[in-house]
Amino acid sequence: MSVVLGIDTATDVRVGLARDGAVLASEAFESTRAHAEQLLPLVQQVMATSGVAFSELTAVHVGVGPGPFTGLRVGVAAAITLAEVLGIEVRGVCSLDVVAAQWAGTGLSDEFVVVADARRSEVYWARYSADGIRREGPFVSAPSEVPDLALAGPGAQLTGRPVGGPIIIDAGLLAASDALPAVGTEPLYLRRPDATVPTTRKSTLAQPRIAMMVAEPPEAP
Amino acid sequence: MSERSVRGGVGPLVLGIESSCDETGIGIVRGHELLANEVASSVAEHVRFGGVVPEVASRAHLQALVPTLRRATEAADIDLSEVDAIAVTAGPGLMGALVVGLAAAKALAVALNKPLYGLNHLVGHVSVDLLDHGPLPSELAALLVSGGHTSLLHIRDITGDITELGATIDDAAGEAYDKVARVLDLSYPGGPVIDKLAAHGNPKAIRFPRGLTAGKDQAKHRFDYSFSGLKTAVSRWVETERLAGRDIPVADVAASFQEAVADVLTVKAVDACNYLGVDTILLGGGVAANSRLRGLLAERTEAAGITLRRPRPALCTDNGAMIAVLGAEVVAAGRPPSSLEIGADSGLPISTVLV
Ligand SMILES: [Zn+2]
Repeated sequence: MSVVLGIDTATDVRVGLARDGAVLASEAFESTRAHAEQLLPLVQQVMATSGVAFSELTAVHVGVGPGPFTGLRVGVAAAITLAEVLGIEVRGVCSLDVVAAQWAGTGLSDEFVVVADARRSEVYWARYSADGIRREGPFVSAPSEVPDLALAGPGAQLTGRPVGGPIIIDAGLLAASDALPAVGTEPLYLRRPDATVPTTRKSTLAQPRIAMMVAEPPEAP
Repeated sequence: MSERSVRGGVGPLVLGIESSCDETGIGIVRGHELLANEVASSVAEHVRFGGVVPEVASRAHLQALVPTLRRATEAADIDLSEVDAIAVTAGPGLMGALVVGLAAAKALAVALNKPLYGLNHLVGHVSVDLLDHGPLPSELAALLVSGGHTSLLHIRDITGDITELGATIDDAAGEAYDKVARVLDLSYPGGPVIDKLAAHGNPKAIRFPRGLTAGKDQAKHRFDYSFSGLKTAVSRWVETERLAGRDIPVADVAASFQEAVADVLTVKAVDACNYLGVDTILLGGGVAANSRLRGLLAERTEAAGITLRRPRPALCTDNGAMIAVLGAEVVAAGRPPSSLEIGADSGLPISTVLV
């Protein structure tokens, strides 16, 4: 017997619940700026309206992106903490794989791509075979670099091409599926932190700048 | 004031989470009794950048969260189901860092069905002394000095009545330490390294300026601080010496800079006590671990007949115990818990103890 909570914050706030592979609930708070505020209230609401106690949970499935980092971390932090305090398993999955699983098995005969918004004029994407198995990615790139295949996912429209598949992440399926590959609970950041190592010391002396240019560079003591 | 020890199972059992900057802290207290204080720091990852990189800190918080929680519950030897409340830093601090702790705290609160208290980080720095010296007098002043904040406070109730008498108008004292350390080619963070070097230097070697202490500043900025001019004065002095081809007496510069900081901090702190008519001052925040600040404040408060309270240095830097003990005070005072929908507030004012 399994009772699984699904959490995904790669886009907006999404919470699902499943018992023995059957979806009990799939809810969303449709804001991309309210993860910290609204995730746990939504979890609490889904549990209460489904009549499931936290002590009944046997696992937590969490989408680990790719997606905007701050929102993503809210979901992962909540998921790993819930799993820790309840003494249950937590499985991190690629959020794009959830969309792929939603589309696969609906009679597709071709490869497809799932795309998400990476901001800064870029997208996250991964390529899937018709049965929903991820073959390549996830990557972050310009929308123009997304392969010319059928498109799904929350950022698919950013390619400017027609979108054929689902665009939202279904947290009910995330909770219900045991087939999504585990990728660990570290978010799929795909980008390094923005940070620069300071190199030059800024001068506070306005006047002797010229002197500095002819003098030997000052040595550190 | 008599020191009443509250030991032996008195007060609410509270777990506190702190993640406002680069330390992931989880503390557990029972009333004023410290049961656990586990801290994971990402400071080493920020060294080469010369300051805290928010995204680096946020990633580190997420990684440290569960191991730190596990260590804290083991150290306190409790089961999480026993706790009476979950306390968490709701601000001020780095937004991306704060929400990691907030999400974890909310997850604990819903899974354990316990009340959640979103608290002010700065007030936590003041309340941590409850763990060392017990209840506070009915009224006191506090000098809060950390990497991001330098404030003089008037406290009538740590759970709800705090006013800011003055604050820095530019850099925090801790920032000035970091910047001066960079000028001297010392490592980040600057506080500990300058403190250590200063012990071997002459604090009177160079007379650096004391910000906002001139007569003309008294009307508008009597209890405010400014460290930007001091920082500039130090770098000018050092640069001039370098251009002249002279060796920099690093220990003397460190000692003279540190003396200027400690001097202005303590002069205004004593002035604030006299102005408020309070006989107790509390020193809190990361820079409160600084040896010269502790020493000079002890000297000057004693001369003025003021009782100085200061937590042990290990509790001065960011930690979860300070949030837990503030949580315990707030619970004991009967304050209503926070909504589960609270967000993090990077600019939370110090007058807001509980969100
Ligand atoms: Zn702090």
